[in-house]
Amino acid sequence: MNLDDVRDILALMRENGLSEFEIEKEGLRLRLRKDSATGATAVAPAIVVAGVPAVSLTPHAAAAPPPAPVESGAAEVELAVVKSPIVGTFYRSPEPGASSFVEIGTTVKKGQVLCIIEAMKLMNEIDSEFDGEIVNIYVESGHPVQYGERLFAIRTA
Amino acid sequence: MFKKILIANRGEVALRIIYACKELGIKTVAVYSEADEHSLHVKFADEDVCIGPARSADSYLNVEAVISAAEVTGADAIHPGYGFLSESAYLADACAACHIKFIGPDAEVIRLMADKARARRVMRKAGVPILPGSDGPIESEDKALKIAKDIGYPVIIKATAGGGGRGMRVVRNAGELPHAFKTAQREAEAAFGVADVYLEKYVEAPRHIEFQILGDQHGSVVHLGERECSIQRRHQKLLEESPSPALSDKMRRKMGAVVIDAAKAVKYSNAGTFEFLMDQGGHFYFMEANTRLQVEHPVTEMVTGIDIVKEQIRIAAGERLSFKQSDVTFTGHSIECRVNAEDPETFVPSPGIIHAFSVPGGPGVRVETFAHSECTVSPYYDSMIAKIIVHGRDRQEAIARMRRVLEMTVVDGIKTSIPMHLKILADKDFIAGKLSTHFMERFATRPASGRLAEAV
Repeated sequence: MNLDDVRDILALMRENGLSEFEIEKEGLRLRLRKDSATGATAVAPAIVVAGVPAVSLTPHAAAAPPPAPVESGAAEVELAVVKSPIVGTFYRSPEPGASSFVEIGTTVKKGQVLCIIEAMKLMNEIDSEFDGEIVNIYVESGHPVQYGERLFAIRTA
Repeated sequence: MFKKILIANRGEVALRIIYACKELGIKTVAVYSEADEHSLHVKFADEDVCIGPARSADSYLNVEAVISAAEVTGADAIHPGYGFLSESAYLADACAACHIKFIGPDAEVIRLMADKARARRVMRKAGVPILPGSDGPIESEDKALKIAKDIGYPVIIKATAGGGGRGMRVVRNAGELPHAFKTAQREAEAAFGVADVYLEKYVEAPRHIEFQILGDQHGSVVHLGERECSIQRRHQKLLEESPSPALSDKMRRKMGAVVIDAAKAVKYSNAGTFEFLMDQGGHFYFMEANTRLQVEHPVTEMVTGIDIVKEQIRIAAGERLSFKQSDVTFTGHSIECRVNAEDPETFVPSPGIIHAFSVPGGPGVRVETFAHSECTVSPYYDSMIAKIIVHGRDRQEAIARMRRVLEMTVVDGIKTSIPMHLKILADKDFIAGKLSTHFMERFATRPASGRLAEAV
């Protein structure tokens, strides 16, 4: 998948009036969504590269799958989505009453703790794979999450 | 009684457990890997949780993910089905630690029966006939030679940590033994992590006969008769039936009593199966006990009218068995065919998309499947896509009925083992009930070699 492929896909979407397109192959997941709020004739796609964060996991936990490579040639890569590598309960702060690890707008660095997922009474810290800014938080604190569930969107550009 | 059961499995057995839960008014939680997102068991469960990627080790075999899923959904029990974690003492222990009921025997009993050599010793003490063999793992070649001489050739070398037919070697004379012993140890180490091997008498042309038991947590145990599973290829069962054409009522009563004593001796609770080899003279030899529900449980259900999965749930919930041995009756004959997604000649797996799927109804027909039109058979899991079970007034009717059902079954888009099943059902010896575990060799594409463990 390179920039030309992405341009071809965008052209196909325009020609056929598609507003959303998603493909997954060889460790790369690409989603192109036309922002209906713009209403402009030019499409402003948000290219989402699925990334999986490194997690400091307990010995028995499943290994997190390797992160999809962020292509340096794809200059339009803007958003990375952090997905849950385990099943558990999502918490935004280290303990009840404490402030959240991150908020929308927080700038994060690679390796920074974004949240905790509790599984089998163990607190697993989920670290960011990326430098960037939190632009979306998909789950409320205290809610259960399953494997692969979207947690955060980080603008990396 | 449980309010919510999490099913730690997939495919047709997950659906089977959902059937029982729905009928008992119990809510269900399905867990699934990313490959099974659109699978029927996910669609029909009340709740579902994705627990990992396609690879079994990261999903269906992932104890932490399964327990976590039970915690976030508030399930109060886990049914492990068969395969995957059904004989995992680790899952049973984790359930106990997290106050979730594991629907199966205690972790201790699972561990005991998983150690094949230890299980033999305990069964022998409980009065169960076992194959003459070494009492435990054999330390040296010299010991092996002495024991083999005492038992009498032919003998078979097996891995103590093994099962399912892997890591075994037949030895026909003392000359072959040293090499076979060393090779078996190496293979056992590679396949199971433990090099320990033990030795048993090798029975020629045996029949595989297994007894189903149910025990409650208050000490009552009953048997539900036997199943004959001699039709196997590389130790994978293809067709099973109940009752066995080779057993008389007297033999059934005698062996039924033996397995009940054995189950009580180890304080067995929930469902279990005791597997035996029976020689041509009608002598039984204990092979192993499976501490879980078995794939072929439907043939027993058809003949006895008892819902084994419901009984498993009731037993786990602490209820006493609602029937005695004298209440158990055996009516008619039942046969099951395991329909696999594979080439019927070469047995090479055939994953893909099923475009048309149709199984006929009619009297005495039961189908357990997760397949449907436009469903994907993925390559990540075993190739069984459906179990077709029939019941007839006698064996002759059951055979005619199974032929009829298979001839009218449509599975378009992938290859299946159905043509092979039809060949089996048309075979003279099969029809006459002349079976042994060597039966499938007549359909092998290469002449069968003398060594059991080598690929045919």
